[in-house]
Amino acid sequence: MSEYLQDREKQIVTKGKDAHDVEGGKPSLSGSVSQRACVFCGSRVVLYPIADAVHLVHGPIGCASYTWDIRGALSSGPELHRSSFSTDLREKHVVFGGETQLYQSLVELIDKYQPKAAFVYSTCIVGVIGDDVQSVCKRVAEEKSIPVIPVMSEGFQGSKKDGYKIACDALAALIGTDESLDVSSMSINILGDFNLAGELWILEEYYKKMDIQILAPITGDGRVKNIQNAHRAALNVVQCSGSMMHLAKYMKETYGIPFIKVSYFGIEDMSDALYEVAKFFKNEVVMDKARELVKDQLKNLLPALEPYKTALTGKKAAIYVGGAFKAISLVKALRLIGVKPVIVGTQTGNTDDYRLLKTICDDGCILVDDSNPIELSEFVKQTGADLFIGGVKERPIAYKLGIGFCDHNHERKMALAGYEGMLNFAKEVYETVSSPVWQFVHRTSSEKN
Amino acid sequence: MLLRHTTAKEVDRKALTVNPAKTCQPVGAMYAALGLHGCLPHSHGSQGCCAYHRSALTRHFKEPVVASTSSFSEGSSVFGGSANLLTAIETIFTVYEPDVIAVHTTCLSETIGDDLNQIVSKAKEDGKIPDGKRVIYCNTPSYVGSHITGYSNQVAAFIKFFSTATPKKRNVINLIAGWMEPSDMRELKRIAKVMETRTILFPDMSGVMDSPLTGKYDIYPKGGTTVDEMIATGDSKFSIGMGMYCTQDACIKLENKCKVKFEVMEIPIGLKATDQFIMSLSRHGNVPVPDSITDERGRLLDLIADNSKYFYDKRVALFGDPDTLIPLVEFLLTLDMKPVYIVTGTPGKHFDEAMTEMLKDRVPEAKFRSGEGADLFRLHQWIKQEGVDLLIGNSYGKYIARDENVPFVRFGFPVVDRPGSNSFPHVGYVGAINWVTKLLDVILDHQDRTCAEEKVELVM
Repeated sequence: MSEYLQDREKQIVTKGKDAHDVEGGKPSLSGSVSQRACVFCGSRVVLYPIADAVHLVHGPIGCASYTWDIRGALSSGPELHRSSFSTDLREKHVVFGGETQLYQSLVELIDKYQPKAAFVYSTCIVGVIGDDVQSVCKRVAEEKSIPVIPVMSEGFQGSKKDGYKIACDALAALIGTDESLDVSSMSINILGDFNLAGELWILEEYYKKMDIQILAPITGDGRVKNIQNAHRAALNVVQCSGSMMHLAKYMKETYGIPFIKVSYFGIEDMSDALYEVAKFFKNEVVMDKARELVKDQLKNLLPALEPYKTALTGKKAAIYVGGAFKAISLVKALRLIGVKPVIVGTQTGNTDDYRLLKTICDDGCILVDDSNPIELSEFVKQTGADLFIGGVKERPIAYKLGIGFCDHNHERKMALAGYEGMLNFAKEVYETVSSPVWQFVHRTSSEKN
Repeated sequence: MLLRHTTAKEVDRKALTVNPAKTCQPVGAMYAALGLHGCLPHSHGSQGCCAYHRSALTRHFKEPVVASTSSFSEGSSVFGGSANLLTAIETIFTVYEPDVIAVHTTCLSETIGDDLNQIVSKAKEDGKIPDGKRVIYCNTPSYVGSHITGYSNQVAAFIKFFSTATPKKRNVINLIAGWMEPSDMRELKRIAKVMETRTILFPDMSGVMDSPLTGKYDIYPKGGTTVDEMIATGDSKFSIGMGMYCTQDACIKLENKCKVKFEVMEIPIGLKATDQFIMSLSRHGNVPVPDSITDERGRLLDLIADNSKYFYDKRVALFGDPDTLIPLVEFLLTLDMKPVYIVTGTPGKHFDEAMTEMLKDRVPEAKFRSGEGADLFRLHQWIKQEGVDLLIGNSYGKYIARDENVPFVRFGFPVVDRPGSNSFPHVGYVGAINWVTKLLDVILDHQDRTCAEEKVELVM
């Protein structure tokens, strides 16, 4: 008992009370009700939005079923990514091997759908039964003359974060294999935006106004050809650094493409993302356009935010999200509308991330790594949070506790990026926090405690 | 069109599954385990399995789902997951304090050959299982059967680990629930109460997967079959298993272990299956059918008669799980509809036999398929070959419904885009009344929206 609790102590810090750092990146102890997922999950979510490729899950049916169209990554054209393809491995394959099943499935799939590329995901048992996925992919690639890319994402190899890295390797295999697109001298790749609720399209509008070309969005509204050409961009702009830093570093080493880290969430970060790109191109006209754009946007946004800020000032929020970068942006964005973060936690943050989070949070704020439902509900009770920001598994817990909730994960329904996103976010926070339903949780005020 | 690639022409597929009508065993085991009060389901495998199953259940039920995982690593896949499970058992009893841990395996732990019996025995020897607490387990390899098989294996494990026969039989009937909604379980308990029979329902997710909002979060909500009730099932005088796929195994095990006779019937969806259930309960509980239940039946009949013209000859496509599809097809036939295409990803002969039996004379043109190659892609192809008036299935049917402009009733697992599965029962006469109104609503709404202007009728 004490060992577990001592271990957890290192992963929980209250600012202003505890001197030590949050120890991030530790594997979850067996038996914990972790909110974390696996390697396959990480790879699958990163590559999922590539809409003109087929994504074949090699394994028993579950891994394909659970990842079937659960991410609201929108496409402006093909919708191949929204179907579920599986080799549906059965007992006989486990005994005799699944390579023939994989080969046959791939051929049937490519003949049927004529995709621009195929991604083949290895799941847990594929490694154990010894299927040579790479050679099957190679053979089919030659026969069908399209890229067939193995994603070696056996779930047990680590956490979701390790899966991001493997997805980056798969993308690296595509990058540099085509040179047919027109590329402007001021071109960027957007790394780590997944076009949830159409967020990429908002960014596209902004950069277009600055005469910047987005060569390859990776992977939101992603297309194989653009990714193949991505090595020809002048700059990589990386959001959601957890998932895409590996690729950015690879492209820097291999193709000499520099990268900058940005966030599109909140006024400050969004504006920085535009300015940083303008600065990179050392072009005064572009910088002026960026300033113009920001000024223009803020002229409308700031007054529009005011009523929400007035209504929300003094409210307290709990944040539990996947990556630390998102948590940092959320802290800033919440401040902007008068909401005070009192709990900030992540699934995949590292010790440095938590150090940074600690500097931007107020005293009394609880910082936590790899938390679980019991802890989270206990922290909500302790801090009196009015709002929870998290993902699918946290939503019903927040509601049971009688507080508001915003999905800042795959199931967001409104774009949260950019200036319109900030206004949407304020609306969403206001809507959920001020919902009349919370007044009725306790029939009388005496029941409250 | 989201499914623009689907063509009417069927090309033989030998290996590929497109848009499955099933998922894997462990999620079924997890769901069933949540129907035991104070039980923490434990997934013996990689972290992702547990996260996916919890998310899948949460999306459907909109409820917190707590389950733990062995968090396999590279090392576990080489050396086995024994150490992980031993640590897990200790951690769970320390931190989450359940009465029972219900361990289920995954494809990974099965493939590397972990022996749960041995590991749990070791945990007991090492004193990792506190007095009065229990660790139960079942094997749920993802590459065998489907989520339905996993559910069945978990329910059978309840019998194996709990049911105990004492010399004294009690005048109690076991109601063994197949995969259904908490609202259905609530309805079954209501019926049993109205009929004044003493029953033990298991598993029972009502009060667990439809818990009220109270301002408090309890990881073990009030509902669920208690361990004591589960033990007592060995002294009951009879078991009614609802759904061959989900409960037959448990029924047989209970008879072998505790000599409790049983009858496996369909889940009481629709008129005939409910008649059968009520009669069985009356016979084995030795109670008359009360007037109030007979009146419910009469009200259902009245509703069907009032609306029969709207059901006549309507072509229906369905997909989902065999235990619910079988009684549902029978009910559609009762309504004078034509179930023409039926698909389940769950393999098994009973489905094919039952469909043949029900449809060969009444809808000879019907196509149905189970197991390999029975996926939504195929169902969609059939619909493209000759259209239908109604589609019934889980939320993944919405793409087909939209592309083909077909009225769509959501039913099954998962339903992630509409509420209601949890609020209204599908079983019993009351459930059948819900069915009739739900079916009519979408059919008539469609007619109102799409018919010629001069044909819009006020009184229907």
